[in-house]
Amino acid sequence: MVRVLGNFDVAEEVVQDSLVAALEKWPENGIPDNPGAWLMTTARRRAIDILRRDRRYAEKVALLERSTLPGDPAEADDRLRLIFTCCHPALPQDAQVALTLRAVAGFTTAEIAAAFLVGETTMAQRIVRAKRKIVAARIPYRIPEGTELPSRLDAVLAVLYLMFNEGYLSRGSFVAARRDLAEDALWLASLLDRLLPNQAEVLGLRALMRLNLARARARFDAGGDMVLLPDQDRALWDGAAIGEGIDLLHRAAALDAPGQYQLQAAIAAVHSESRSWAETDWRQIVLLYDTLMRFTDTPVIRLNRAVALNRVAGPEVALGEVNDLAIALGGYHLFHATRAELLDELGEKALAREARLQALELCQNPAERALLERKLRG
Amino acid sequence: MKYVMLFGGTMEGIDQLEGDVREQAMADYRRSNQWFEKYTKAGKVVGGEELQGPSTATTVSRQNGKVIVTDGPFIESKEVIGGFALVEVSDLDEALAMAKEWPGTVEIRPIVDHSQERGG
Repeated sequence: MVRVLGNFDVAEEVVQDSLVAALEKWPENGIPDNPGAWLMTTARRRAIDILRRDRRYAEKVALLERSTLPGDPAEADDRLRLIFTCCHPALPQDAQVALTLRAVAGFTTAEIAAAFLVGETTMAQRIVRAKRKIVAARIPYRIPEGTELPSRLDAVLAVLYLMFNEGYLSRGSFVAARRDLAEDALWLASLLDRLLPNQAEVLGLRALMRLNLARARARFDAGGDMVLLPDQDRALWDGAAIGEGIDLLHRAAALDAPGQYQLQAAIAAVHSESRSWAETDWRQIVLLYDTLMRFTDTPVIRLNRAVALNRVAGPEVALGEVNDLAIALGGYHLFHATRAELLDELGEKALAREARLQALELCQNPAERALLERKLRG
Repeated sequence: MKYVMLFGGTMEGIDQLEGDVREQAMADYRRSNQWFEKYTKAGKVVGGEELQGPSTATTVSRQNGKVIVTDGPFIESKEVIGGFALVEVSDLDEALAMAKEWPGTVEIRPIVDHSQERGG
């Protein structure tokens, strides 16, 4: 549609208009047997909101989910073009995320603003500026080809990964975990996988999201307190979703093109398949982190590796590795929280307390704060 | 669609460089000339020049209504502009593909199209 109309703004308004029209009719006439796939993508969230009030909600939502697969190849191409345009590297990444949520997932500006804890005006400006640049700099509405595709696909995956983490980890201070955003990121990854099949890293990212979401129910106890992986009740994990995640990972591995998302998913899979924290195959996990660092070597990945290394080589070795990250991660609460855990194991109670206080000072997520406070009280 | 590409880097001071660094700079310079040749022939580059070094620049500015002439470039950045090209291509992706072949930093700016405006 953007391609036909040649203007991002107009196309989006048309979509919104047809959306409003469709939504007025659906509650009366029911969902048509074969609704326009394009409309379905943009309309999905809004439609689900409206359908929630409907008695036959579950049935209709299932229909909506199925119909996100466009039957017409031209429509599939159109949607893929839209995704690649929203995630064009000439746009700032925060705008890429916002545009993708707006134009592909059908979020309202207010919803995106709420999800990223910024004012609606700020978010509206961010989106307007990005749209203006698409038109002014003539960012093409096309699917990248050949040698260009891998790096452009990486940019799309980075946006979806960021979206997922924002929903799943949620650094903000209002909501502990915005599962909705994480689920939308998974939905977008699934959509991308269907539009652009057999891409190992797309499958890897899907697997990673699926495996993490499978543990969602165990991350908070009945009182709403956060539960970390070692203490989670693994019976609450969604076995079917874990199976799906592992299946996705196998499909990715068969394509023989390893990458960072597949490796992160593989680490998540080892945890998912372990009966307990103690029975986890830590050697395997350290090995996977070593391989992951060949693709992306970041301080946060090194910190996570150190947690696994602790189980293999002991707290002294792990603490040494963690301390090396002080400059890079001094402002990151989990750096101090990890140090506190290791210092505790080494019997350095006073230093552990100091580190935990520093973690608390830097942490904004209420659930994580509560956890740190509980540990401080002993 | 027309864009101006602003190229970072200058040949000024090349004589002070030695060894590999100098070799690299000379190789980059040859590549940039080949780039201009290739894309001029292809009809993509429709204008452009290499600029003399920043030590030859003079800036005219205004402060409190007074015109001031000073030595040096007006852009305060680590990278000096060493040249520019006016390119005519279909979209930003084509411009990006060209810029990626340039041996250095490139800023791509779409030009303002005044051709649709009425005269008067």
